[in-house]
Amino acid sequence: MKQKTVSLASGNGGAENRDLIEKVFFKHLGNEILARGEDASIVELKADGGCNVAFTTDSFTISPIFFSGGDIGKISVCGTCNDLAMMGANPKYLTLGVIIEEGFNVRDLEKIVRSIKKELEINGAIVVAGDTKVVPKGSVDKIFINTSGIGEPLVDGISASNLSEGDLIVVSRDIARHGASIFASREGIELENTIDSDCASLFPMVEAILNAGIKPVAMRDATRGGVSAVLNEWAVASDVCIEIEEAKVPVSQEVRGICEMLGFEPMSLANEGTFLLAVKKEDATKVVEILKNFEQNKDATIIGKVTSEYKKRVVLLSDWGTKRFLELPTGELLPRIC
Amino acid sequence: MALELKNLYDDFRDAKTIKALAKLIEEEATKLDRDINIMEVCGGHTHTIMKYGLKQLMPNNIHFIHGPGCPVCVMPKERIDHAFVLAMQEDVILCTLGDMIKVPGSRGSLQDARANGADVRFVYSPLDVLKVAIENPDKKVIFFAIGFETTTPMTAALLEHTIKKELDNIYFHINHVTVPEVMQELIDSRDEHVDSYNNQIDAFIGPSHVSVISGAKIYSKFANQYKRPVAVSGFEPVDVMEGVLMIVRQFVQNRCELEIQYKRSVTMDGNLNAQKLIDRYFEKRGLFKWRGLGNVPNSALKLKDEYSKYDTEVIYSDILPKEEIEDHKLCICGDILRGMATPNECQVFGTACKPSSPLGSCMVSSEGACSAYYKYGSLL
Ligand code: SF4
Repeated sequence: MKQKTVSLASGNGGAENRDLIEKVFFKHLGNEILARGEDASIVELKADGGCNVAFTTDSFTISPIFFSGGDIGKISVCGTCNDLAMMGANPKYLTLGVIIEEGFNVRDLEKIVRSIKKELEINGAIVVAGDTKVVPKGSVDKIFINTSGIGEPLVDGISASNLSEGDLIVVSRDIARHGASIFASREGIELENTIDSDCASLFPMVEAILNAGIKPVAMRDATRGGVSAVLNEWAVASDVCIEIEEAKVPVSQEVRGICEMLGFEPMSLANEGTFLLAVKKEDATKVVEILKNFEQNKDATIIGKVTSEYKKRVVLLSDWGTKRFLELPTGELLPRIC
Repeated sequence: MALELKNLYDDFRDAKTIKALAKLIEEEATKLDRDINIMEVCGGHTHTIMKYGLKQLMPNNIHFIHGPGCPVCVMPKERIDHAFVLAMQEDVILCTLGDMIKVPGSRGSLQDARANGADVRFVYSPLDVLKVAIENPDKKVIFFAIGFETTTPMTAALLEHTIKKELDNIYFHINHVTVPEVMQELIDSRDEHVDSYNNQIDAFIGPSHVSVISGAKIYSKFANQYKRPVAVSGFEPVDVMEGVLMIVRQFVQNRCELEIQYKRSVTMDGNLNAQKLIDRYFEKRGLFKWRGLGNVPNSALKLKDEYSKYDTEVIYSDILPKEEIEDHKLCICGDILRGMATPNECQVFGTACKPSSPLGSCMVSSEGACSAYYKYGSLL
């Protein structure tokens, strides 16, 4: 890597982030399983393939730790369980590592642990191992949490590299809520209506889709880097073009307002309970119907399709007949100044 | 109620209106006897043109020349180095706006400074600096001020508050630039080394937000003296399309005028209070270097002498680097900005010069011509 020190941009979920992972971590630790680059890895515990599990890990550092629509506890369960769910796996066992800054309020800690419990129940998972460290003031920002999880794959073959021409792209709900909400509260932007983060566990929806006998081609929750990161990853991994009709992508007015104000693209903002699905054409309507049965997913809709026009690129189509590429977000997320 | 809010954005992006304007432009353009090149001066317009694909809606004989972009892209390395040096001082918190912190100088970007331990913060509004200063009384808080006429009054307001509140830990590094002077430089450079005689700019789309402050009057000489029609336009796609239509009609009807598309808030005189506020604290600099264009006379502001105790260029003059840094030899930004070349004619376009490692100003932000070609090239 050209860069001598790690900058915040390297953690943005976009191009620099991928660069850091590839040039440092993959370089030394790369293997065939890691190289698949999925949200969770499917690993075989027995050589004969008799015992497959989905396995993943994620760390959570968020400021503020309590935000509208969730807190660091909830998000640390959702994040890991969602990664498992996105591989079509049923989240079962989690580990929980907590690093706490000296002086942290015990009541806040308890609040966080209660959210963890609640979210575990939604997923039907339990914590089976844990670790706590307390570090001197200033060594971490209040509290950092890491969770790892294993789950039982209910189907196989869900993969970012399986998209093919004709598949349709579905989004589970209105996008960019988490990013917009965190930005607004962090920057003290006064809003008429606060924006709740979309932070939520996705396994119940995945389960409903699988139970209906539908096998999605790919699923991914649009966390850091947002919808645009997921679509770009799929386009590259599957060597296809993804065309999105911009006007169809649901964005709430409050979120759009914040984005207008700060010059953000909703497509690049983070979500914590919103996922994209690539599905076979004949399954798309049914998938949308199933999603809509969940209160928060009433805006679920088909937003685009897989083509072969510009391979490895994502193209946004406007209502007035023009198009542009949707880029992988780069740099630290900063507002444009004019 | 909910619906109304939505309409506010959507009216100006309404597909029907945009299509209708595209048709009108096309009809009018058939009456032109030559191609015309319209420069959109401001990066905000470039952004709209790219984001909404307006270029694809233009007939073959209408071309856009992307202007000097945004105040961030035109900031020369010398100034960024100043910011870097200031930020690296032990007791300093350096505040600036938006994506300024991404742009590399010769020692690195402010982001790099931060990775090296500097306290660099970005603020949404200059007035946010007050809060930082009050919360950190034992630190020197330096505001690295950037922006066109639009943000200058806010910097002036920050200085006014600093004085009124008797805060003694706020300092300024002023990099405010002005739009009309650079437009003039593009069509009529006074520098004998610059060949601006062959510039291809036929008309301007002027940024409305600058005129909200300074008034549309600042552009009148371009229509009167330089014979370039000007349409002062807003930033929504419908605004830009309407601005283009106004300009095309001027050519068809053989007029050359200053017209205001953005009547929503632009007047001839602008905001006199804001202008007064600026005049109270700022005066013109003789020369200011623009990345890609070199020194442009009277194109920037500095603090008046009586406020020099707030001016880091005075206070830190001993440690601020003074050496000139040449623009990259191969960079042809100057020609691109004059409409005399396109980005793909640059030898290093897309190879040595990319958005992630820009050599020249046109590649620095998403609003520059080179980066637009790089990103959207095959869709333009
Ligand atoms: S490609 Fe880079 S070096 Fe070439 S003109 Fe554009 S900004 Fe300058």
